[in-house]
Amino acid sequence: MPQEMSTAATTRPATLANAVQLDSVSKIYGSFAALRNVSTTFSAGSCTVILGENGAGKSTLLRVVAGLINPTRGSVTIFSESPHQQRRRMAYMSHSPMLYDELTAMENLTYFAGLHRSGGCACVGSPEMALRAVGLDPGLNRPVGQYSQGMRQRTSLARVLQSDPELLLLDEPFSNLDAASAQHMVELLADFRTWPVLGGGSRTILMTTHQTALAKPLADNTLTMRNGQVLGPEGGE
Amino acid sequence: MTYLHHVLDHLRKDLRLEWRSRDSINGMLFFALLVVVVFGLAFDPAGYPTTTRQISGGVLWVALLFASITALNLSWARELRNQVLEAQRMAPAPASALFVGKALANMLFVLVVEAFLAPIFIVFFNLHVLGNVWLLALILPLGTWALVVNGTFFAALGLRARNRELLLPLLLLPISLPALLAMVQATTGVLTADLDAIQINTWIKQLVGYDIIFTTICILLFETVLNAE
Repeated sequence: MPQEMSTAATTRPATLANAVQLDSVSKIYGSFAALRNVSTTFSAGSCTVILGENGAGKSTLLRVVAGLINPTRGSVTIFSESPHQQRRRMAYMSHSPMLYDELTAMENLTYFAGLHRSGGCACVGSPEMALRAVGLDPGLNRPVGQYSQGMRQRTSLARVLQSDPELLLLDEPFSNLDAASAQHMVELLADFRTWPVLGGGSRTILMTTHQTALAKPLADNTLTMRNGQVLGPEGGE
Repeated sequence: MTYLHHVLDHLRKDLRLEWRSRDSINGMLFFALLVVVVFGLAFDPAGYPTTTRQISGGVLWVALLFASITALNLSWARELRNQVLEAQRMAPAPASALFVGKALANMLFVLVVEAFLAPIFIVFFNLHVLGNVWLLALILPLGTWALVVNGTFFAALGLRARNRELLLPLLLLPISLPALLAMVQATTGVLTADLDAIQINTWIKQLVGYDIIFTTICILLFETVLNAE
């Protein structure tokens, strides 16, 4: 069994604030430990790619960071607060598109933009711009249920980008995409990191993928997981 | 005001989804019609008009109760498809706004079914309302809200259960009994004119109290239910 270790998943200066901090986080389902005593930090402004085989705990790690599941033990902080208190500053994209099949892409995005409304204004990017950024036509009048898998994936990315998140959690973002679309998504994410953040700060990306070659140009750091544990950069113990 | 905007966003979305699919209303309407027709054939309304009037309030609410259960399960099934519920949970909007929006949408769907069902019900049961018919305009929405607000809440409670279709009636029917009693008594009182205005008002007041208490409880507990694992 690999030795449990704490990993600072960043090569940036230690003076940068941590966007995400996990302290001894375990997630146990019945007798199965999806995460085992994971302690790691992700610096603000970094892009970390999490690698690992199926069932290694990558998705569980992202879902714990997103606040969608509570850890059985340990604690998670996002920008020094609990994930629930930082929902406005983060976005999560999973394998599933998280969109309504019966609505068009524009209707889906307008609806989700409304959920980020505060104080009477929807303080998020425009759904039209987000759709154009991922290469989709905002005027497309077909429900998302009739889209190809790749188009759904791009609409899903537009959904998370329009909320202008400081912390972007991507679970297998390149699955279902052809080579050209995946490359376009990589370029878009690289561009996203340069977008200015309201009130200062920088954009942090945590991404799980099996397509290492695609993610490499984006990655500041790489983490490998196995059996619910973080092994360290590039699979090192 | 922001809260109201969120409620309206959810309501508009649910109405749009229903408009595109019409799953809930069609399902409810078909089920409610079946119940009315079956009871109409079983009780011979033309032969026993007094008895029919006495049981018709109960028949109407039982038909609506069972019909609404089909729609309530469906309303959350839409959120589970494609894991949209997780996007809802990640959104900074208050969770209770999602609940209120969905309960209002479900209320509108059931009211549409009632609007279609009422004339058919009157014809099949050969009804002549003996009391103040306008009171039904108060009793029907109050009773519908009582069913829908608890139904929407308990359907959400069973979201992660394996047998959620079975769980909803098991939870909803016992908790709805006080409301069901009030709405059936008030409706029957209006149809038969057996109850005086004070007695009917008492049942209506009980229904209002039930609605206020359970709406408050559901709104307060919804976030916990939504984020439960």
